[in-house]
Amino acid sequence: MMTLLQNTLLVALVLTSFGMLVSGRLGVYIRIVALQGVMVGLLPLVAGHAVPTLHLVFVATAIIGLKGFVFPYLLSRALRESKTRREMNPFVGHLSSVFFGILALLGSFWMDSRLSLQSHSSSELAIPMAFTTILIGLFLIVTRRTALSQVIGFLVLENGIYAFGLAIVYEVPVLLELGVLMDVFVAVFVMGIAIYHINREFDHMDIDRLNTLRG
Amino acid sequence: MSALILPIMTSLMGLVLAPLLLGVINRTKAVFAGRHGSPLLQAYFDLVKLLKKGAVYSRTTTWVFHAAPVIGLTSLVAALVLLPVAGVRAPVTFAGDLVVFIYALGLLRFFTVAAALDTGSSFEGMGASREVHFSALAEPAIVLGVASLASATRSLSLTGIFSSMTPNVWIEAGPALALVLAALFIVFLAENSRIPIDDPNTHLELTMIHEVMILDYSGPDLALVLYGATLKLWVLGALIVNVVLSPFNLTGIQDMLCFVAGMLLLSIAVGIVESMMARTSLLKVPRLLVTAISLSVIAFTLVLRFR
Repeated sequence: MMTLLQNTLLVALVLTSFGMLVSGRLGVYIRIVALQGVMVGLLPLVAGHAVPTLHLVFVATAIIGLKGFVFPYLLSRALRESKTRREMNPFVGHLSSVFFGILALLGSFWMDSRLSLQSHSSSELAIPMAFTTILIGLFLIVTRRTALSQVIGFLVLENGIYAFGLAIVYEVPVLLELGVLMDVFVAVFVMGIAIYHINREFDHMDIDRLNTLRG
Repeated sequence: MSALILPIMTSLMGLVLAPLLLGVINRTKAVFAGRHGSPLLQAYFDLVKLLKKGAVYSRTTTWVFHAAPVIGLTSLVAALVLLPVAGVRAPVTFAGDLVVFIYALGLLRFFTVAAALDTGSSFEGMGASREVHFSALAEPAIVLGVASLASATRSLSLTGIFSSMTPNVWIEAGPALALVLAALFIVFLAENSRIPIDDPNTHLELTMIHEVMILDYSGPDLALVLYGATLKLWVLGALIVNVVLSPFNLTGIQDMLCFVAGMLLLSIAVGIVESMMARTSLLKVPRLLVTAISLSVIAFTLVLRFR
């Protein structure tokens, strides 16, 4: 039963990442990344042990609170302040993005079968699914135009890395996890400020136009 | 011989009840819109009325146009007899019949498109082009979806798939089956030209797909085409309802009643989707269908991993 729950969460993680590849609205991106934050937070609770320890519950609440609520709040504030509502012309179109997602999924399964990593997770899906999420996050960073969607791509990447770490090492010291969370928090914060400045200077947050700047 | 009676009865049930689904969908839409709506049996009345009329044929049409409704209906009946109803096996079953099932539907589509081109109307040619474009995207989704069902249950016939789909399969490969269901539902809406993809109510709209291809049919031919459309609704819907109902291990009359209830619920769901969603613009339809394909691909890789 626990494995079924864990598998469902992992599949939902990849599905929501696919949702980002299809959708073009920044508001949808933010909602999806909030949902992913909650799912990633629940992941350690359903992975392995029948009864979650106090330490796990603490980490889970911290992750859900930060990734599920604080980050989306910061991001939607950045979105409110900018005039952009949707990702206009991504460098790679939506259909090709979905095909990339499918390729990433197949590639992750293939790589997982070749690498034979020592998985501590009860689910066989944990590593390939986490890897797909990482790849999709990277893809979002590379192919999307606005600064905001790049931050979101970074968060997806981070979610994937977290799920991957959970599959490889089960027990992580609380301090380490909180340190990583803190890093991500600072990153999102700094990027939020960067978005704010890009917005104020240029009236948009299309980073492609930064290429044409002259000194 | 008596072993065949129940399966044949289930197929006959499909033949009789198929037009009812259309009535249920339209009634649901009417309730949502606050209208009284047409009677539940309206599709039957339409069919009887059309059968009484004479047919008019354009001079440009050839035998393809005349043959298409008959061939379409025949291939649908062929698909119907391959389809089990939850616990009851199909009248005809052999290893690999799922491919025949999918391509019986393909034959229907081919002849509908050929007949539309046969009329020589550029308007119908446009519809044919759209139909082929979208079904080319819907086909991988249904093929991979059914393939993942086959792989999850290790069986190559539709009857085998649904009879060996125990609750255990759902526990083992639950996420994958849920994805297949979602993909099949999108294909179901696309193939039956329901709302997010096509609007069955519009005539002479530049955005319609299925309705435009059958514009030149009249009288008994139109009745065959309409009846075929309802049968297609039944056949593809039965695929979805079977995936959901099979683990409950029902038998006999009880099973049939649950199945019919499931079909009616599915029609209500379609009605709700149609009332709540707007039709997506023609350029965005491929996005929806590619989503269905990716759901099927994910399901298929998951199933391969689970087994």
